[in-house]
Amino acid sequence: MSKMPAWADAVLVPLISIFLAAILSALVILFIGEDPIAALNLMVDGALGSTYGWGYTLYYATNFLFTGLAFSVAFHAAQFNIGAEGQAMLGGLGVAIVCIVIPWPHWSLALIFALVGAAAFGAFWAAIPAYLQATRGSHIVITTIMFNFIAAALLNYLLVNVMRPEGSMDPATGKFPEATHLPTLHDILGVFGIPFSKAAPANISLLIGLIACVLVYLLIWRTRLGYEIRAFGKSESAARYAGISPVKITVVAMMISGGLAGMMAINNVMGEAERLVMNATEGAGFIGIAVALMGRNHPLGVLLAAILFGFLYQGGAELALWASIPRELIVVIQALVILFTGALDNMVRMPLERLFGAVRREG
Amino acid sequence: MDLATALQILDSTVRLSTPLLLACLAGLFSERAGIFDIGLEGKMLMAAFFSAAVAALTGSVWLGLLAGIASSMVLSGLHGLASITFRGDQLISGVAINFLAIGLTVLIAQDWFQQGGRTPSLIGGGRFQEITLPFADTLQGVPILGPIYHDLISGHSILVYVALLMVPLTWWILFRTRFGLHLRAVGENPAAVDTAGLSVVGLRFAAVGICGILCGIAGAYLATGLQAGFVKEMTAGRGYIALAALIFAKWRPWYALGACLLFGFLQAVALRYQNIDLGAFTVPVQFMDALPYILTVVILAGFIGKAVPPKSGGVPYVKER
Repeated sequence: MSKMPAWADAVLVPLISIFLAAILSALVILFIGEDPIAALNLMVDGALGSTYGWGYTLYYATNFLFTGLAFSVAFHAAQFNIGAEGQAMLGGLGVAIVCIVIPWPHWSLALIFALVGAAAFGAFWAAIPAYLQATRGSHIVITTIMFNFIAAALLNYLLVNVMRPEGSMDPATGKFPEATHLPTLHDILGVFGIPFSKAAPANISLLIGLIACVLVYLLIWRTRLGYEIRAFGKSESAARYAGISPVKITVVAMMISGGLAGMMAINNVMGEAERLVMNATEGAGFIGIAVALMGRNHPLGVLLAAILFGFLYQGGAELALWASIPRELIVVIQALVILFTGALDNMVRMPLERLFGAVRREG
Repeated sequence: MDLATALQILDSTVRLSTPLLLACLAGLFSERAGIFDIGLEGKMLMAAFFSAAVAALTGSVWLGLLAGIASSMVLSGLHGLASITFRGDQLISGVAINFLAIGLTVLIAQDWFQQGGRTPSLIGGGRFQEITLPFADTLQGVPILGPIYHDLISGHSILVYVALLMVPLTWWILFRTRFGLHLRAVGENPAAVDTAGLSVVGLRFAAVGICGILCGIAGAYLATGLQAGFVKEMTAGRGYIALAALIFAKWRPWYALGACLLFGFLQAVALRYQNIDLGAFTVPVQFMDALPYILTVVILAGFIGKAVPPKSGGVPYVKER
């Protein structure tokens, strides 16, 4: 089989896939009797036209950054972690416990321990399926799906029966104390004299997400553990002969993945809602799959894809508000992106490989 | 608990098990042929919408059923295209199909009916009516057996009986016909099937197609039998419970019936009782909701017998050159 140049593999294939997904999305908009160009203008204007729009776009992007990184770390170890949703729910639980139980003097201390709590709960929720996969051979896809539902039931129980404040009908915790409220982009940029919308939820978690991107890059490509994860992901038998323990790598990679998914909670639970509500994750765990696939499981790609999806989410909300296009349009676009960049990858790749092969033979 | 209450719960068990059973058997065909399908949920949802929509527009539930099956088959074809023709990742394809269904059903529902992503409520011929089996009314007076026959066995829509008949039919097709043998072989060792001169691609597409038909019936039952119309995300995770039941049943038809009845029973109990007071402690309703998933994890972990999936499940077949 003829090989493609690296740039074509890393850039051209995903671009063509996204282009195909975009065309089909436009056709869907046409089909429901709306104008795709007008819709796009509305989305761009609503998501990027003001600091308010940017504030929401970046807020969503932060969620997707964490879940995208989570999926990609597991994917490097050839583990399909479809459970980021449940892990992020548990992360929210960790954040809520840290914020409510301990009276924090300052948000910075609260943030550090909330991060630890979120990561620990998320990692724990990923560790069980990972351990069962590694030692008992239970398929990780199925167990992580099951764990999503178990997490939802667990949270439902805790919010209704345990963590709900006295007298409240709403299945949610009470508001976190003032001292745990995180600085928003408005506060941070204000220090430098840059005006930014006060109402938008983007907050300091974005910076944590960016740091996580760098750390994941260093982990995967610059450490021994990262090498072992990639080696194991490429060939389990080769890794085994090289003395890499499959159980250790599966569990460690999945725990890092679950920890990253859990850490999303500092953005949506601590940063935005400032309390734990039912279904706080809003499907961000699944969008992480699309983000990671589109970003080719590289932190830089994941970052770009997360921003694109942040844009889609905020733009989609604006569409639902101003045009008669339901928000579910975003779900369709998300599905098309997963389909083209993930499942139908070969449909784009095979003709391209043939094309490059033909060019090389002539040249 | 008296007989009437027990019968009500069991009756509700049968109703709630039906979509699970149809989806579970759908997954059984697909996975036995080596194509993992986590898109059962999406196919059911798509079929639920199109069956309800067409039934609402035409007034004929049978046309609705056909439309449901057709829409589910389209998604099956997509899954086949991605995972068989282009040898893509079957899991990713399934995930994409689930989201596609969630999004498209609401978009189209809003476009067609403008009722916030639902179809109008179905009335009269737009729904599958309950069938009264022969002598159900005359025998109702017979102690114990009469009410059981009248309330539990009789009085369901035709699709419930279709689902139950599918169990022996699936068993017969898979284990007593040449086609079934080929289908199972292609899930275990596609290279051997290829060497024998049979088409791996053709067999797998056939399996995925049957899966589409059954998911279509399951979705149609949800929207036109169990309930009267489509509402947003009405499958509510049933596709995943069916997947769980499939593993619970270790990919065998009769066990699938048992697993689906068990999970349907859990749903029925959770529906009827909020919290179950066992004297010493109370079982919260959330635990009943989570029980199918917990049981599946336990089964998968091999603590109660070992669940061994078809050997070549999830692996695209590449012909040697």
